[in-house]
Amino acid sequence: MKLRTSLLAASAMMAMVAGGASAKTLIYCSEGSPEGFDPAPYTSGTTFDAAARTVYSRLVEFSPGTTSIVPGLAESWTISEDGLEYTFKLRAGVKFQTTDYFTPTRDLNADDVIFSFDRQGNADNPFNQYVAGISYEYYTSMGLDTMIKSMEKVDDLTVKFTLNAPNAPFLADLGMDFASIVSKEYADKLMADGKGADFNNQPIGTGPFVFVAYQKDAVIRYKANPDYFGTKPMIDDLVFAITTDAAVRAQKLKAGECHVMPYPAPADIEALKSDPNLTVMEQAGLNVAYLAYNTLEKPFDDARVRKALNMAIDKQAIIDAVFQGTGMVAKNPIPPTMWGYNDAIMDDAYDPAAAKQMLADAGVSDLHMNIWAMPVQRPYMPNARRTAELMQADLAQIGVTAEIVSYEWGEYLKKSTELDRDGAVILGWTGDNGDPDNFLNVLLSCQAAGEGGANRSHWCNEEFSDLLAKAALSSDIAERTRLYEQAQVIFKDQAPWLTIDHSTVFMPMSTKVTGYVMNPLGTHAFDMVDITE
Amino acid sequence: MIKFILGRLSYLIPTFIGITIVAFGFVRILPGDPVLLMAGERGMTPEHYQDMMARLGFDRPIWEQYLEYLWKLLHGDFGNSIVTKQPVLSDFLTLFPATLELAFCAIVIAVVIGVPIGVLAALKRGSWFDQVTMTSALVGYSMPIFWWGLLLIIFFSGVLGWTPVSGRVSLLYYFPTPTGFMLIDSLMSGQKGAFASAASHLILPSIVLATIPLAVIARQTRSAMLEVLSEDYVRTARAKGLTPRRVVGVHALRNAMIPVITTIGLQVGVLMAGAILTETIFSWPGIGKWMVDSISRRDYPVVQSGLLLIAGIVMVVNLVVDLLYGLINPRIRHS
Repeated sequence: MKLRTSLLAASAMMAMVAGGASAKTLIYCSEGSPEGFDPAPYTSGTTFDAAARTVYSRLVEFSPGTTSIVPGLAESWTISEDGLEYTFKLRAGVKFQTTDYFTPTRDLNADDVIFSFDRQGNADNPFNQYVAGISYEYYTSMGLDTMIKSMEKVDDLTVKFTLNAPNAPFLADLGMDFASIVSKEYADKLMADGKGADFNNQPIGTGPFVFVAYQKDAVIRYKANPDYFGTKPMIDDLVFAITTDAAVRAQKLKAGECHVMPYPAPADIEALKSDPNLTVMEQAGLNVAYLAYNTLEKPFDDARVRKALNMAIDKQAIIDAVFQGTGMVAKNPIPPTMWGYNDAIMDDAYDPAAAKQMLADAGVSDLHMNIWAMPVQRPYMPNARRTAELMQADLAQIGVTAEIVSYEWGEYLKKSTELDRDGAVILGWTGDNGDPDNFLNVLLSCQAAGEGGANRSHWCNEEFSDLLAKAALSSDIAERTRLYEQAQVIFKDQAPWLTIDHSTVFMPMSTKVTGYVMNPLGTHAFDMVDITE
Repeated sequence: MIKFILGRLSYLIPTFIGITIVAFGFVRILPGDPVLLMAGERGMTPEHYQDMMARLGFDRPIWEQYLEYLWKLLHGDFGNSIVTKQPVLSDFLTLFPATLELAFCAIVIAVVIGVPIGVLAALKRGSWFDQVTMTSALVGYSMPIFWWGLLLIIFFSGVLGWTPVSGRVSLLYYFPTPTGFMLIDSLMSGQKGAFASAASHLILPSIVLATIPLAVIARQTRSAMLEVLSEDYVRTARAKGLTPRRVVGVHALRNAMIPVITTIGLQVGVLMAGAILTETIFSWPGIGKWMVDSISRRDYPVVQSGLLLIAGIVMVVNLVVDLLYGLINPRIRHS
């Protein structure tokens, strides 16, 4: 209590320092240190929260709490009949942030937009290697390097992207963190001063918060952007208190040292829920965990065998034991909160007797297999080893002996893509942009089935892949939904995976915090948050 | 004396080269690499993987990479992090004061409490005080640091609310940190309550970090003291009729301190190792936490140069202890 009093006193003092009687500071106990403050070269959510969701904004945004696309820096856009040309009309009068290290002389224009993408995709852009060895992983992996044919400045506030082929998910890609719009003027100035590397340390964007300071591995400070083009943040100061251990984060939240924390340990959730000063928000995660068979290896090349194994595993028992009952059994490879989800599909019922019979019908007896359990916790899978043990026990019931194997995480990721991999691998996925293509195409298409690809079942079904390709060409959501629903029927019939679960994401926070909206894409944003004293 | 110092210094060069090899090799022996971790679940085509490794210079023969590393080191270039792209040396210099401040407080606690306990336990050998403190020391020495830290947080911060949970100072204070030592910077800031906040944030992590050195120092002091107390000159001093305080304080303790000082010096290495866990629990932005993060990201340049810098510091401290030892023990100096 003493501590809280001193915190209050300090807070009051900060208010005086800030020059206003009602300065509101929100402290967010973040889970790790950002890798940098330029979102383009990075892939981790921690970096995106600290850079992209605070300092920057994008041409289009995901509407809070959903994955639908709404205008961002682009106030409107048109797509040509053939789906090849995307013309964006930019908002007028959008100001880049003014800080003690940069004062913009002009508003946002088409040059900034073109620069933001060109620096990532064009190796000849002088800013492409503003620090040596930098690479733009998301730009490449989302396929923008091959997708974009050209970018053209029509006028100061109009920019036109021309694609090589129609690609419906393109618009959603532009809402992703790596597609944040940066200031060309600032980049040019840094280059001229020979201080290019500062671009990654001292960000300038158009987002709701202005970067103030980063004390390495400890604290990131922001203040509300007075020139923000959207609704001004209700808090004055935003502080990220970097706290890597989940149990310590929970203690900090309880002690009032921070207001919001992400990623609680499953074991702490009950205690957090029972604290009268806290609320625990929860949302179905936009994710899936799966067990991918190697469909190139016998006998897993036979769909009947895969289906039999799927029927032998009690998924609800896994949810109860590993997820403490939170989360839901997955029947499709995409989560139910995503458009295009085919709810009409019936999951393979847990039926060991029928599974045993099916294996016998397929001529398989005395089956030995490996189950790969990953060594790390992921949002979709808190304990892969325990999950594998439950599977092992279930499979033993139908006479299948399973051995659990694991590797160091990097090795696991690599070896699990090898074509001659021995065994079925537990892994999962969290959506990047809310488009079903981002699950189905990335994880299950023929294109991704090669070595190094994310299709770890190496399953290549032409009919399935054709449906995905067709869906990607269309920009009609109804048409795309129909195609994805069909694809899910094929998936269920062919069973390249055992779909395990869609996990629930928890967000504990102080009851003083209002207006927080959980983002299905897993990022954390504070522009709409208020705090009551 | 100069010959003695030069002799000690000459040991440093081969040790230093050995450390570069170990530090360079260690992180590369670990399975997995930074590019694989960056790709994550998405995977990466073998061509793209090769391209990324080439960009980072990891595709070249290992000896070539090592020689380049050594060459750069000789020119004072410790390399850049492949993740944050920041120079390793500047990150080290930013973070090191936090570790030093914590380690300093921990060693002070360990010495100030450990030495008197050891002396008293030796004087009252076999008493309940001796039994209780030495058993506690054994428990302290065997304590899993992570568990111990969390336990203290839950009790003192969670249940009693006496100490802050983690961090270096309340985040509601914001002031420049020119020295990197929060106690000093908070004083210099002139903000009311800042110093008290910084000091209160140091309590739990210092206690946790001090636990093992304290146990070691207490036990070492006790056994050194027992040995000295049975020496002839102590008996002589007593026979001369000196007060017990003088016998213990001047004649016995001074000689017992010789092995204890070596022990304290050796604890610096223990403190560095302990800092890794302590800093992780208490969100303490020091080099221990930095190394853990870098190892898990396979950030080769940070790990290899970070280890080298830490090893360098431990070596320098040991050298100082060696010299100090020579100073208080003339037999070493002249041998």
